[in-house]
Amino acid sequence: MNFPIYMDNASTTRTDPRVVEAMLPYFTEIYGNSASRNHAFGWAAEAGIDRAREQAASLIGAGPKEIVWTSGSTESNNLAIKGAAQMYAKAPMGEKSRGHIITCIIEHKAVLDPCKRLEREGFDVTYLEPGSDGIVTADLIRAAMRDDTILVTIMWANNEIGTINDIRSIGAVCREHGAVFHTDATQWVGKMPTDVERDNVDLMSWSSHKIYGPGGVGALYVRRRRPRVRLQAQIDGGGHERGMRSGTLNVSGIVGFGAACEICENEMESEGERLLALRLKLENGLKGLMDVVEVNGHSERRLPHLTNISFGFVEGESLMMGIKDIACSSGSACTSASLEPSYVLKGLGLGDELAHSSLRLSLGRWSTEEEVDFAINSIHQAVEHLRVLSPLFDLHNEGIDITKIVWQSH
Amino acid sequence: MAYSEKVIDHYQNPRNVGSFGASNEVKERKDVGVGIVGAPECGDVMQLQIKVGDDGVIEDAKFKCFGCGSAIASSSLATEWIKGKSVDEALKIKNTRIVEELSLPPVKIHCSVLAEDSIRTAIEDYKRKNGKLDEADTGHAHAH
Repeated sequence: MNFPIYMDNASTTRTDPRVVEAMLPYFTEIYGNSASRNHAFGWAAEAGIDRAREQAASLIGAGPKEIVWTSGSTESNNLAIKGAAQMYAKAPMGEKSRGHIITCIIEHKAVLDPCKRLEREGFDVTYLEPGSDGIVTADLIRAAMRDDTILVTIMWANNEIGTINDIRSIGAVCREHGAVFHTDATQWVGKMPTDVERDNVDLMSWSSHKIYGPGGVGALYVRRRRPRVRLQAQIDGGGHERGMRSGTLNVSGIVGFGAACEICENEMESEGERLLALRLKLENGLKGLMDVVEVNGHSERRLPHLTNISFGFVEGESLMMGIKDIACSSGSACTSASLEPSYVLKGLGLGDELAHSSLRLSLGRWSTEEEVDFAINSIHQAVEHLRVLSPLFDLHNEGIDITKIVWQSH
Repeated sequence: MAYSEKVIDHYQNPRNVGSFGASNEVKERKDVGVGIVGAPECGDVMQLQIKVGDDGVIEDAKFKCFGCGSAIASSSLATEWIKGKSVDEALKIKNTRIVEELSLPPVKIHCSVLAEDSIRTAIEDYKRKNGKLDEADTGHAHAH
């Protein structure tokens, strides 16, 4: 085993060496600008882009012309949300009631912040609250629909807790109401089977670096027929990507992204099974050793490789200090600059102390059973160490409900 | 975030962990003062207990802490510093000294403030139990 162990694959992934191999010629040999139409360097680069477009499209059941390259999911989300809102606005800039948008409070900031900006620009936004299991249902969407709803944006799988929304049903509701449906599928695509036709998706964001491709590359799927979805460009310039996203393409990055998509498509099934078995071993191992260990979010409708666990009476940052050989994330306030605990965990309505006590562990292509065993043992020791120190654990052992105590707040 | 060596040392080898009995027992003990500050939803709870001799000297101190590494280190350090001091001397310990000793970054200063608060709260509890609490000792403004 090499230390530290990487269990933060929901944050970013190691680039697959096969992907690096596919990229290398595009730095020193095939270095043309794919928009150069008049010489061999440009044509060779364009051929690489075309192939990647097919690889990316194939992974999600789309056509190659429906792929728009971006710098990553944040940009894809911005383009989809602002671009669709501006294109389908009911009233021009400067007026109110320009249209209604539906999203959810536990979306990624790259979705919430564009929505907030649109609110300032005259759009109405409904922020749905999921159930305590973290799931946004089609019924919630249906109930929020209005005559002027132009856009719905709901993530496929949540980045902090790994819960999976029923995108197909949500898409069907959007189709019924004639609203454009965007999904941030950053944590989903490449890990789970995706078919934009079957799943009723109009716009979909995903990122290369989450699926063992290089950083700085992403894609937005933009539906071309039944119905054709149009977007207002957010980056203007040379008219690349059919005018939707100008800028010279990152050829080597896109080639790598394409290769990463192809590997995911071929290996998704076996990889998913392997990671699910490891995740279950991790969760069951920890729950078997300690009391008051809760897996956050829906118990079954979750990504195979990601788990978010709260260890009662123990604060997340101090827990991470005790497991310094494991790279992972915490929903604790102390690990962020804001001193606010995870808004996603708070959004489940289960109390702040749950968020302060959480760890997110996300497995990946190179995670091993040996590493999972090490993690179980290491986390167990750290939690035991901290519970000896914890006044909350004492109160719990004395039979006192800590949620009933009036604390001196700061 | 990188921790100072002293924070890591207190985290790994916390000093004076524990208590002088269950919460309902220490409530009745006149020689023990208890300070519990912070709140679980804020991610920090510190519990400091002091055992005070007849001469007003803090004979022993115990702490428990739910919080980040800096909070644990701050409260662990506080127990070391107050042991052997009179309650009035202990009240003079300022959070800034804890910040210096542990090299806490600005974002962790609130941990040292909590530690100072826990000392004061424990001493107030001791004084209240022994009828020694002056008007001047109460109602401290919490300027944070």
